[in-house]
Amino acid sequence: MATMVHLRGVTKRFGTFDAVRDVSLEVGAGEFLTLLGPSGCGKTTLLRLMAGFEAPTVGTVEIGGQDVTRLPPYRRPVNQVFQSYALFPHLTVAENVGFGLRMQRVAAAEGQARVREALALVSLDGLDARRPHQLSGGQRQRVALARALVCRPKVLLLDEPLSALDAKLRRAMQLELKRLQRQLGITFVFVTHDQEEALTMSDRIAIVHEGRIEQLGTAHEIYHRPATRFAADFVGQANLLEARVLLQDEAQVRVSVTGGLELTVPRAAWPAGAMKALIAMRPEKVHVSRLANPAAAPAAAATNLFEARIEEEIFQGATDQLVIVTATGTRLSVVVANESAYGEIFHAGDHVSCALHADDLVVVPAE
Amino acid sequence: MPAAPTFPARRRWPSGIRIVDGAVSTWTAVVLAFLYAPIVVLVAYSFNQSRLNIVWQGFTFEWYRQVLQNSPLLRAAQNSLVIAVVSTLLSVLLGTVGAWLLHRYRFAGARTLQTLVAVPMVMPEILMGISLLILFATVGMGLGFTAVIIGHVTFSFPFVLVAVQARLRGLDPAMEEAALDLGATPLQAFWLVIVPCLRPAIVAGALMAFTLSWDELIVTFFTTSAASATLPIRVFGMAKVGLNPMLNALSAIFILATIAFVFFSDYLRKLSR
Repeated sequence: MATMVHLRGVTKRFGTFDAVRDVSLEVGAGEFLTLLGPSGCGKTTLLRLMAGFEAPTVGTVEIGGQDVTRLPPYRRPVNQVFQSYALFPHLTVAENVGFGLRMQRVAAAEGQARVREALALVSLDGLDARRPHQLSGGQRQRVALARALVCRPKVLLLDEPLSALDAKLRRAMQLELKRLQRQLGITFVFVTHDQEEALTMSDRIAIVHEGRIEQLGTAHEIYHRPATRFAADFVGQANLLEARVLLQDEAQVRVSVTGGLELTVPRAAWPAGAMKALIAMRPEKVHVSRLANPAAAPAAAATNLFEARIEEEIFQGATDQLVIVTATGTRLSVVVANESAYGEIFHAGDHVSCALHADDLVVVPAE
Repeated sequence: MPAAPTFPARRRWPSGIRIVDGAVSTWTAVVLAFLYAPIVVLVAYSFNQSRLNIVWQGFTFEWYRQVLQNSPLLRAAQNSLVIAVVSTLLSVLLGTVGAWLLHRYRFAGARTLQTLVAVPMVMPEILMGISLLILFATVGMGLGFTAVIIGHVTFSFPFVLVAVQARLRGLDPAMEEAALDLGATPLQAFWLVIVPCLRPAIVAGALMAFTLSWDELIVTFFTTSAASATLPIRVFGMAKVGLNPMLNALSAIFILATIAFVFFSDYLRKLSR
């Protein structure tokens, strides 16, 4: 896969604050890459460095093999969809979409055809003559998308474009964006603080934290194998437990975690030579069953078995969130599927047995 | 037979509220009368045959005929119009571009400049007039149209600048970036996107500048020549000699023009929606 966007050792300093610290990143042609992180982590600055609204203090930016570090935004082969959409209020939908073509001096007839095509692409046919203030939020979002896509950019930059939409529309737009990206084969760089959005759409996710890329990988890698405490905590839910080595042999490490629960971890997952580390346990990886019926859980393959008492039960529709406490006092959050209204229903105070596969435990080196 | 249902008596407003209500209405009427009574009287007396404003002697158009035949007065009106239009255009240009530069670019002395811009708005006009006169004398520039226009621009462009700045503060910063991102140069972005977004503020500022220039007396007094005398200068000169019913007629024409102007600008604003 050819590299489309290449940041090399980029640092961006605002006064004394480093918004981006020595980031190197390659985005492949036709890839959907998401920059995911909390607000103020530097993800938007990274996007603005690609768009050309900021110049790096140190390092270079390449797009399509060309060094664009010193090029202004209007000379870069990229287009952006802004968080506020930034539609021009005095222009109609068609004029908004045609603005970029007008700047490129595309012939009128060709321009009109391309505007129509772009509007059809985002299912906005027939609204050409409307003004932005006559459109709904979702429609404005589509206009912003069409306006950027009509210029046929090498890279489309999206700065939290879905954050102003309601939850249902947002989910629909996520799928539509993904479909568009596959259909057009354009490289998308998407900025969001919403982990669900990132997991749904991205080919790869870059977790950005304090101006650095904390982890870069596919949605699966990020979710199942978070590399740092921050990555484990930020994406999805996780029980983060401090672990201390009790015993170890060639195959396994026996550790004691916060609260006294003892767990077995595969040797390969444990950082070599370390006596302490952090264990991230996803709530849905713990299989919970009634004490009376241990065979119901897929416990045979699991290497970690323990008993616990349910302290709290939070009904969430499709799932039940349980807070359980082990005999030694380790408190864990677990999620069980609400498979049937008549089947196993857990209540606070119930005693249950828990099974947890050793491979499902993620070990993060202690900081 | 069931007893007829009884309804509680309809609640009335407590008397206190009714008194306040009446007082507010009266007060409003008094204020409006205070504002508009002189204008009504003035217009009425412009049709009075008597040369004296206090006695009504009968209806006439005589004073209007005299105004429209008084060539120095018409000449002055023309001067006023030319000066107002030119100084408004210059103020709009300076005010809009100035506001954009102050808003968009950070440079040394921007704050000082911002403060300096506000000075002509609060400075007594008499001081403005004198300092401009001294300036023109020092640089050896003759008084007349150019001097008057420079004077008017000096005090009216800050009003445009302030109006435009207020609008800019509410403008999405992504607006300019979106234009740049779509291939517009900074100049194109300003002209094709920012200026249209600022239009309401520019129109408001322009109306302000025009009005300020149109009825300006003191600064004009210090910077004008006989040939460039404006309407306020002439009217002032006439009034000094004695009240003349022609002034009533002239004022009535002004009022009519002003009302027409307000309706016209309102119409323009609706049209641009």
